[in-house]
Amino acid sequence: MNIKIGLEVHVQLTSLKTKLFCSCSADYRGKPPNTNICPVCLGMPGSLPRVNKEAIRSAIKVALALNSNINQVLAWARKHYFYPDLPKGYQISQYDGKGVATFAKGGYIDIRVNGEKKRIKIRRINIEEDPARIVYPTGDAETSSYILLDYNRSGIALLEIVTEPDMNSPEEVRAFLEKLRSILEHLEVSDLSLEGSMRADVNISVGDGEMVEVKNISGLKDIEQAIRYEVARQIDVLEKGGRIERETRHWDSTRKITKPARVKEYEEDYRYMPDPNLPFYIIPDELIEEVRKTLPELPEERAARFINQHGLSEYLAHVLVSSKALADYYEKVAELSGVKGDKVAGLIVTDLLGWIDSEDLSNISRIVPPEDLAEVVKLLEKNEITIKMAKEMIPLLVRGEKPRQIIERMGWSVIRNRAVLEKIVDDVLKENPQVLKDIERNPRVVQFIIGKVLEKTGKKGDPKIIAEIVREKIRLS
Amino acid sequence: MRAVDFLLSIKRGEIDDVKLIEGFRERVIAEDEKYNIFITLAEPDESFPRKRLLSGVPIAVKDNIVTKNLRTTCASQVLENFVPSYDATVVERIKSEGGVIVGKTNMDEFAMGALGTTSYFGPTRNPLNPSLSPGGSSSGSAAAVSSGLVPMALGSDTGGSIRLPAAWTGIYGLKPTYGLVSRYGLVSYSDSLDQIGPMASSIFDLELLFGVIMGWDEKDPTTYDKHVPSEVFIKRAFMNPDPHIMSNLRVALLKEPLVHEDADQKVVDRFMDYVSELEAYGALVEEVSIPLVNKAPQIYYVIAFSDASSNLARFSGLLYGKRVVDVIDTDWDEYYMRNRKLFGWEVKRRILLGSFILSAGYYEMYYDRALRARAKLYDELNKVLAKYDVIATPGSNIPPLPLDFDASDLSRLNAIDSLLVIANLAGLPAIVIPLEVSTNTPISIQLISQKWSEDILFEIGKYIALYISKLERELEA
Repeated sequence: MNIKIGLEVHVQLTSLKTKLFCSCSADYRGKPPNTNICPVCLGMPGSLPRVNKEAIRSAIKVALALNSNINQVLAWARKHYFYPDLPKGYQISQYDGKGVATFAKGGYIDIRVNGEKKRIKIRRINIEEDPARIVYPTGDAETSSYILLDYNRSGIALLEIVTEPDMNSPEEVRAFLEKLRSILEHLEVSDLSLEGSMRADVNISVGDGEMVEVKNISGLKDIEQAIRYEVARQIDVLEKGGRIERETRHWDSTRKITKPARVKEYEEDYRYMPDPNLPFYIIPDELIEEVRKTLPELPEERAARFINQHGLSEYLAHVLVSSKALADYYEKVAELSGVKGDKVAGLIVTDLLGWIDSEDLSNISRIVPPEDLAEVVKLLEKNEITIKMAKEMIPLLVRGEKPRQIIERMGWSVIRNRAVLEKIVDDVLKENPQVLKDIERNPRVVQFIIGKVLEKTGKKGDPKIIAEIVREKIRLS
Repeated sequence: MRAVDFLLSIKRGEIDDVKLIEGFRERVIAEDEKYNIFITLAEPDESFPRKRLLSGVPIAVKDNIVTKNLRTTCASQVLENFVPSYDATVVERIKSEGGVIVGKTNMDEFAMGALGTTSYFGPTRNPLNPSLSPGGSSSGSAAAVSSGLVPMALGSDTGGSIRLPAAWTGIYGLKPTYGLVSRYGLVSYSDSLDQIGPMASSIFDLELLFGVIMGWDEKDPTTYDKHVPSEVFIKRAFMNPDPHIMSNLRVALLKEPLVHEDADQKVVDRFMDYVSELEAYGALVEEVSIPLVNKAPQIYYVIAFSDASSNLARFSGLLYGKRVVDVIDTDWDEYYMRNRKLFGWEVKRRILLGSFILSAGYYEMYYDRALRARAKLYDELNKVLAKYDVIATPGSNIPPLPLDFDASDLSRLNAIDSLLVIANLAGLPAIVIPLEVSTNTPISIQLISQKWSEDILFEIGKYIALYISKLERELEA
């Protein structure tokens, strides 16, 4: 069945120093409730907003990176609705119409799923303020008899990025969000590993069913889970001969299901109007050009560089750039070890990532310092350890051990001294005279001898060199 | 006593700077019985900074301008118990110049009304004649000045709320150019029309208070930074006017308010006597007609009510203010509905009309057209002001109405609204200058000039006060 998915992604501009309309800190996490507040972000009577210019700069960066057209007449609109997390009874946002316009229109992000490239179109980008955080004492809206409000988050700058319904599977959504996340990380406007920094409303329609909106899902993992659940649910309804009506559902992150909104949500009239407290501001061409010139290397260009200059495979290159932390990590290890290419990338992507929770990806440098992995790569390069040993070392590195410690403790260090190994081979051959006679009939004897030699070296002998020696000796005899 | 005379005496060492506020509370308690001027009284504090521009001058502040730790109600039951955590910029500036905030004055609820009668705390009476309204919405500030309790007060003017009560109580009032006085801390009614302004019993005091409160404020993005410096006004507040001001003055006498069907003929005739005096003193007076002025109240209502519906959305009793029902006892819709019933009738009427105007489909029909009509009015007024220095109208073309006047009889109020709201709609400065003071029919003149040209209004005002109305005597510096 044909699945169409569109996203309304809200990302916090976490790199800003202050909130969108006041001078309270943008770093609200971990602070005691309701301590990061002022009359403006509390919407106290008489207070007035003033625009954080850095937020505009960040939004310009994002719009340029997403190939979106910036509307140079910056204007703000009030979006009215009554909800306890909204202290003014309206949210200062942007809107297309009523004498104002959305921040940027159009644009796209290219994603890759199963090796295939696909373009997801962007409909619009808006800047708006985050509401306060509602805390349910029981953790769930339905079972809580009261709510707690924390205004520390109120007024944090958000970007609302709305896509066309161009995605056809949960995998594509995941690829889109990972790419978006990586772009925002490369632009250094957002650290989306922070809890609650990426939230989305998802529109899903399956087959001939009507569009269902799943609201306010937090975090990439939950967004993907919610979509998988909702797609399966709709298919199930349709296959049983049921119909999918247009509705709004909520994601229950504890039970991992979507459920219908408690109250029937009607098409709300937000009574948008231009905000008279924030005069129109013309974004100068020079500012846009200056931002364009200082745009950093973006994931797509970085992957191309990895492929062309480091000789990376397309697959590994794109996995690496799906996270700025990961790509940075690869480059650091390559630089420290002097080795680049699939060998290093493979060790990171196929081995190291297997031991790190995807949520911890941004901490990869703290979990296994690049210096440590670089040392492993160097040891491997010098044949002091085998690839098998390197692979065995990874979980120990993740546990915090140092490469040298591991090698010593495990009693590893490869013997590559030819003379030493030759002597051991001779010993083995002497001890097993019958094998030389079998050699004609059974080629596996060579493996047997190598095994015996390795045993004698306590697995420290370089198997390549041992094999060479054994083959020479057999030929000679 | 004029504040300027008092301040000059202190300078000369003749009197002590706490003299004016001595016994203030006792005087107020005696007078307040008669007029119902104050909603909340502050304890006059002698710890004000000495030897500043306003040291020791008692100043009354309208109760929609927030004052730190001093209750601010907007004359509404909704904010009956609201004590702000911060000072409005104008209050900060007054305090830092040594001015003493003596109390918060009565007003129409949320500044919505023309008679001072929509206050939850009961109407204010006119000190000239206690059976009459002092005019609104800055009714208490006007009465505080007119009764002689304070030499100066702050009002706010969205559609004439400083000028009408000034006209009806025989005092001076200025609605500054939009953007010349910070609105930070003024509880918004209609953001693009609201301005805080001074009210005083002397034109010299009016200019002094204006000099202190005016000027760019980083907390209000709608303030303008390229204005006549405040020092100019502060200096001129202690100087007699330019004796030649009248001989070069070009006055456009606006026809519409004089021939309005609800205008009072006696008031208009007496006003015209004074216009002849202006001519006798050398001014060039010519009649001009701007028919759109008659539509100004309708333009004003659409914009102001829409803004009001948005600005008053924040009052729900959640973060501050009064709460009749708690969230725990009900659902959100019910919670908002019941707490918002605390608004008075006139406020509810304006919120409902404004919500209607902003709702889907009606915005273009009303709001958008009102904005275009507003732009046209702006053009027409400025065309006149390109040829003339000032536009003149009566301060009010009707005598003060009785307190029991039925405010739903809009026609009488339409007559005054049209001459008052034009200055707000066009963002122009407008001053009301008393010409004669009597118990039933005070006569005054309103002068409107180009943006940022308050200086000329003060010069004319001083000339009229000294030589035409003779309500004041010259300064003896």
